[in-house]
Amino acid sequence: MKHVKSALVVAAAVGTGAVAARRTRSRAAAGDESADRWLTVTINRAPTDVMPDGTLPQPLDRMADRLEARVRPAPGDRGAELAVRLRETPSDAETSLPGRLAGEDPRQEVRTALREAKAILEAGEVMLPDTPPTTKETPVGKAIGMVARRSGGEGVL
Amino acid sequence: MKALCWQGVNELSVEQVPDPELRNDQDVIVRLVAGTTCGSDLHLIGGYIPAMRAGDVIGHEFLGEVVETGSAVRRHKVGDRVVVASFVGCGRCWYCANDLWSLCDNTNTNPGIGQALFGYESGGIFGYSHAMGGLRGSHAEYVRVPFADYGAFPVPDGVDDVSALFASDSVPTGWMGADLGGVKPGDVVAVWGCGAVGQMAARAAILLGAERVISIDRIPERLEMTERHIGSETLDYTSTDVAAELRERTGGRGPDVCIEAVGMEAHSDGPMHLYDQVKQQLRLQTDRPTAVRQAVHACRKGGTVFVLGVFAGMVDKFPLGAVVNKGLTVRGAQQHGQRYIPMLLDRMARGEISTAHLATHTMPLERAVEGYDMFKEKSDGCVRAVFTGPGRTG
Ligand SMILES: NC(=O)c1ccc[n+]([C@@H]2O[C@H](COP(=O)([O-])OP(=O)(O)OC[C@H]3O[C@@H](n4cnc5c(N)ncnc54)[C@H](O)[C@@H]3O)[C@@H](O)[C@H]2O)c1
Ligand SMILES: [Zn+2]
Ligand SMILES: [Zn+2]
Repeated sequence: MKHVKSALVVAAAVGTGAVAARRTRSRAAAGDESADRWLTVTINRAPTDVMPDGTLPQPLDRMADRLEARVRPAPGDRGAELAVRLRETPSDAETSLPGRLAGEDPRQEVRTALREAKAILEAGEVMLPDTPPTTKETPVGKAIGMVARRSGGEGVL
Repeated sequence: MKALCWQGVNELSVEQVPDPELRNDQDVIVRLVAGTTCGSDLHLIGGYIPAMRAGDVIGHEFLGEVVETGSAVRRHKVGDRVVVASFVGCGRCWYCANDLWSLCDNTNTNPGIGQALFGYESGGIFGYSHAMGGLRGSHAEYVRVPFADYGAFPVPDGVDDVSALFASDSVPTGWMGADLGGVKPGDVVAVWGCGAVGQMAARAAILLGAERVISIDRIPERLEMTERHIGSETLDYTSTDVAAELRERTGGRGPDVCIEAVGMEAHSDGPMHLYDQVKQQLRLQTDRPTAVRQAVHACRKGGTVFVLGVFAGMVDKFPLGAVVNKGLTVRGAQQHGQRYIPMLLDRMARGEISTAHLATHTMPLERAVEGYDMFKEKSDGCVRAVFTGPGRTG
């Protein structure tokens, strides 16, 4: 961890530019879950189906101006690897736990959209949860419900 | 409609809940014909499965009658009698395409929770917590079935409702243990647990050509049932040293394939049991792996241990040394039902697999709480309680 951090600091110091410097800061602060990491899904479709003419699939297309994107074939006939990243790295406040619980982390929206794009391309629809999610309200249940609501935007993409 | 709800640890009740709706074009709604208790539900009722909310409808092993179809459903029509796989698979992600249906990428509506627990989430299963997909359970008069073209299967005419019901979960689970455990002609196979899952694993091992199958439990009527209906030898682990007995019966080699169908609340009389129970209650370990330990220990050198029993979190004192030094293959999975169900229904129609004896107690859904009590306590010889719903019976 420590040498990774110092290597990044060195890279920034030798002048890889403002973007690198900014990313270095958040990477060092957030450790492995750094805010500027590419978010990636593998989609069981050809790369040309995923981004025909270089356009992002729905619903990612709605936030295209805020994203960098790349697609490449997945090894072993697994389809396409679609990766996106916010052009503007979210702030530490947004990516903090309270920020994420409050749904303020812009990566949550991106993760959700990535998962939905994958589901639409593969299965033709995004499977919706049952409604109502449960049949009784309790404090513990509400907390789980809140975590569940955020959960589509969290996790390890 | 009426449904069986989890209300808290060891607390169930039948409640009036809103009817399900078609939420997606590939959904169908089925009217429950019959559903059954599963050993997995006991882990959930006991509070060992995370992310359950009071009021959640449980149940995942069921047979129903199609009453409504979404606009994109192609393979079902109203009135069809279908058995539904307990895990939901989209049919087109890489995992489904490779017949690993319980790993589907597109059916767990709460992926972040499963990823926090396991690194990657499982596919969605009916009625099994918000970590495992957040879908409503099937112990209800009506059930929404997503991706029904892939997960609901017509039942051949010759197979009655109650027999077919078990093709939803226990039969394919047992089959998977033997199949992915690599059972082949000439093998000696040991199966821990003579519940429905263990019995079906033993039957699968026999049908895949195993030379000898030895099933292990302590409950006399289950041991007797396994001998009579499955055709497996049995062994009462409370009356003998399991490893020594298996060694003796296998010419000193140990079984080629060991299938564990007990799960995280395994019982034992030894001193380790108390240790495991205390740690589990203090949540220092979440699961009690007694039977897994025994299987790993008893398995022959270079053999395979397949874990069918459900584990949710961490176990303690796992004999990793035996795995490495005996060159074992250890594997586990939630069931890939869609891979096996049509083949299994055919085998059931041909009389190769019988399941009717598992349904020791049949009662209307309204009495499901009583059914789970009997199933949990294994009282009155209960192997599975079957709940009948308002759907048409064949
Ligand atoms: N992998 C899957 O997809 C899947 C599907 C269904 C069920 N399961 C799991 O399979 C397991 C069995 O399910 P079931 O419905 O047959 O449950 P069950 O409770 O009816 O049967 C479990 C049996 O194990 C026996 N047992 C307990 N401790 C034992 C030990 N130390 N050695 C040998 N036997 C022991 C019990 O006496 C009982 O007969 C459960 O853990 C369940 O969660 C997994
Ligand atoms: Zn089950
Ligand atoms: Zn899938």
